[in-house]
Amino acid sequence: MSVTEMFSSIQGFLSADQDVREDIRKVVQTLEQTGREILTVLQSVHQPSGFKEIPSKCARARELFCTVRTQLGELKTKFPVEQYYRFHEHWRFVLQRLAFLAAFVVYLETETLVVRVEVAQILGIEVVREKGFHLDVEDYLAGVLIMASELSRLAVNSVTAGDYTRPLRISNFINELDSGFRLLNLKNDPLRKRYDGLKYDVKKIEEVVYDLSIRGLAKDQ
Amino acid sequence: MNRREGEGCPRRNADAAQDGDGNSSSPVIAAFKVFQQELDTKHDKHERLVKISRDVTIESKRSIFLLHRVTSVPNADDILKEAEVKLDSVRQKIGQIAEELRGEDIFQFHRAFTPGIQEYVEAVSFLHYIRNRSLISLEEINARLVFMTGEKDLAEAPQTGGQVLTFQVTPSDYLLGVADLTGELMRMCISSVGNGDIDTPFQLSQFLRQIHDGFSYIGNTGPYEVSKKLHTLRQSLGKVEDACYALRVRGSEIPKHMLADVFSSRTTLLDPEEGVV
Repeated sequence: MSVTEMFSSIQGFLSADQDVREDIRKVVQTLEQTGREILTVLQSVHQPSGFKEIPSKCARARELFCTVRTQLGELKTKFPVEQYYRFHEHWRFVLQRLAFLAAFVVYLETETLVVRVEVAQILGIEVVREKGFHLDVEDYLAGVLIMASELSRLAVNSVTAGDYTRPLRISNFINELDSGFRLLNLKNDPLRKRYDGLKYDVKKIEEVVYDLSIRGLAKDQ
Repeated sequence: MNRREGEGCPRRNADAAQDGDGNSSSPVIAAFKVFQQELDTKHDKHERLVKISRDVTIESKRSIFLLHRVTSVPNADDILKEAEVKLDSVRQKIGQIAEELRGEDIFQFHRAFTPGIQEYVEAVSFLHYIRNRSLISLEEINARLVFMTGEKDLAEAPQTGGQVLTFQVTPSDYLLGVADLTGELMRMCISSVGNGDIDTPFQLSQFLRQIHDGFSYIGNTGPYEVSKKLHTLRQSLGKVEDACYALRVRGSEIPKHMLADVFSSRTTLLDPEEGVV
């Protein structure tokens, strides 16, 4: 095989590769759009009026997750399933956001940590790699960490809205999460960097709880 | 106040102790135990692959150094044989990589072993060039990376569907390896001039030009590193072309035994600082 032939065959491979990436990018863009819509719906819980409407907001978000499922279904058709990690970077960010949104909805509904299987169900994807398009454990954990900082914000705003018991519940939840994360041996990677931010969320919520307790507000209800 | 603190502390300790041993009371902790295992397994595999990749890199570099001696000895066959033996041992190591990657998504761990693979491509294509004066193809490289697994796996072989294990070099690793090869060819060109070999530089410059054209054809469709290496490739090509130019112009005037002097001074002038990538 001559040098020219060799290079043109590789060029063929590379442009095919680029086409696949282009397709993936298009679908990922629509996914990001839906993700932003869900976020907007959920953001309203920070409003004083929003606290009463949590169930209806969650129901609305769950409706939007249907769109996510179809869009993720479309993404699955864009590349061979065994090459998930080859294109992983393209959807890593959006999948983390979606995991966060799913975890946030579940927290608002039940005040528990969503399990990975449930996130995967909400998104309509698999948990283990062997079965197809799946939720990588690191992406799931990153999503949970995003939720932690959202909850620290929620604790502050719930006090403003006059809900003094929520911060205590959030505090318990975050502490449990923190001890969970402390079990992990994280490498010096993006997940570790994000985990390093968790202690500030914990601190923030503890301050809120402190403020409430010294004023005797926490025991009101 | 004091009593409060006294109360607080044991509770905390109790919590910590609970966290320490596998308490099943908290589903969160139980879930994180599973994540811990999963992440640790993954990191361990990654570390093992990095280690093997480093070994592959070192051994491949040694074979390249060995192959550079070809220009200065009268019979090259021994060196080529020795290099082949070395590369066989490198292939054994790549077999270990393939073993680690069995059933995994190779792109998940690609970053762990790509430096080693690129170096191997460089070494094996250098050897191929010295032998055949042509560019080894990706298929030829992959064809040699087929491994038979050991006897211990024979028992489970029926499940896996055979004892053959293959390793596929990705086209971009191949490209990057070939880009590194051009640096070696440039060195080979300069040193062969030093030994009074007049034909090799011209062959090399032609070959390098073909590779350069190929890379220009790919341009920026390739991965980011390729465009970086293209710059180095241009410099190497420039050096080789200059060498050929000097040979043509002055080769007829200067007695052969003095050519080496001409070049050693020329090359130091050309690249004062940079080594071969």
